[in-house]
Amino acid sequence: MKTVEEIKAAIEAAVPGAGVEIVPNPSPSGQHSLLLKTETALAVAMFLRDDAELALDFLSNATGVDWLDKEVTEKVKVTKPVTKTVEGVEQTVEETVEETRKHLQPGYLEAVYHLFSVEKKHGPVVFRMRTGNRSDQVQLPSMTPVWRGAEFQEREIFDLFGIVFTGHPDLRRILMWDEFKDFPMRRDYVEPDDFDYEPTAHDEVLKRAEAHQAAECVAEPAGEGAGQ
Amino acid sequence: MAVEEGLKIELGKQGVFVTTIEELYNWGRRSSVWPMQFGLACCAIEMIATTMARYDLARFGAEVFRPSPRQADLMIISGTVTKKMAPQVVRLYNQMAEPRYVIAMGACAISGGPFKQGYNVLKGIDRYIPVDVHIPGCPPRPEALLQAFITLQEKIDGQSLTGENRPRHLNADAPGEFPVPVQGEHDLEPPANKNVWTVPVVIR
Repeated sequence: MKTVEEIKAAIEAAVPGAGVEIVPNPSPSGQHSLLLKTETALAVAMFLRDDAELALDFLSNATGVDWLDKEVTEKVKVTKPVTKTVEGVEQTVEETVEETRKHLQPGYLEAVYHLFSVEKKHGPVVFRMRTGNRSDQVQLPSMTPVWRGAEFQEREIFDLFGIVFTGHPDLRRILMWDEFKDFPMRRDYVEPDDFDYEPTAHDEVLKRAEAHQAAECVAEPAGEGAGQ
Repeated sequence: MAVEEGLKIELGKQGVFVTTIEELYNWGRRSSVWPMQFGLACCAIEMIATTMARYDLARFGAEVFRPSPRQADLMIISGTVTKKMAPQVVRLYNQMAEPRYVIAMGACAISGGPFKQGYNVLKGIDRYIPVDVHIPGCPPRPEALLQAFITLQEKIDGQSLTGENRPRHLNADAPGEFPVPVQGEHDLEPPANKNVWTVPVVIR
């Protein structure tokens, strides 16, 4: 099978303005993936499926990833003029100083697709798409028109991560109930406080159980007063 | 009034059968407990195995698994009760006619089991409906289910027609219907039925 670089070149030759990036995978498996732009993703997916040499006709897995906002600290070398007194004479000297800069890397949601070819017996080819942010720009193009098998998996991603797939024929929750409002696989999901009975609590659960008990102790006297 | 055991045996030797209405009634009830035919997860496989020839639940009069809650006496909660499924389980229980019993089978049904801290699993069905027998195990062996069934039979046998421990269908004040939890925006509402389940005291 073609390497990721070759696939990238093939995509860019076939789909003008595809803008594919390679996301390297440093682990021994070396499964590098392709990062697609949302605008051209559908055309690229069509190409991956229909290209005679790749013929990636089987979508084996689609899943979501949640990347939180991240504070990135980096050290930058900055050259700036510094006034110094050298041998009694005041001079302005260019000096290189190391500076620590912090900036916030905004989080995003990501959908990852694994493709195989049944016809050519090769794979996987991994591609990703990223949303603009984690709150209001969570739309991604649906891959269901290209691979029918994406339908339920995209519903699951929508259910658990909250990525809205445009062009999906039936985007509803699939595992949780329809009235449910949260997205439980997001990293900032807060589960309901039902730690009232934890007989063998430890670690994280113990903390939650103790917090629940503390809240209960505060709430209880007020409840008794209301009852009388 | 119960007949003295020794006298009963002695009369039996003479070909006289003596019993009480209570004994006869309980014998009839415990010997034809029909479970409801429904399974929730992997424990259901063990439940099915229990009904098959090797373990043969039919020996205890419970071979007829009824596909309708209207005809069933026993609900075996065999497996994980997800929060999506819990209202349906309570609704099915409400649709069963008295006398009715519940066996919570396996770690998930009694406490949530390995999925206890999950966002989608109920921490034990006893939060919504009264459970007669709990069986631990993941999954419990068929022998454990048989043991639970025998325990339930002993419980039925111990009930009297009048008085405090009379069965629920003879007690007009006993609740007949249990509130079905509503699937809310974050969790089931309410998270537990306070009349059925109170928080056990944890001794640490």
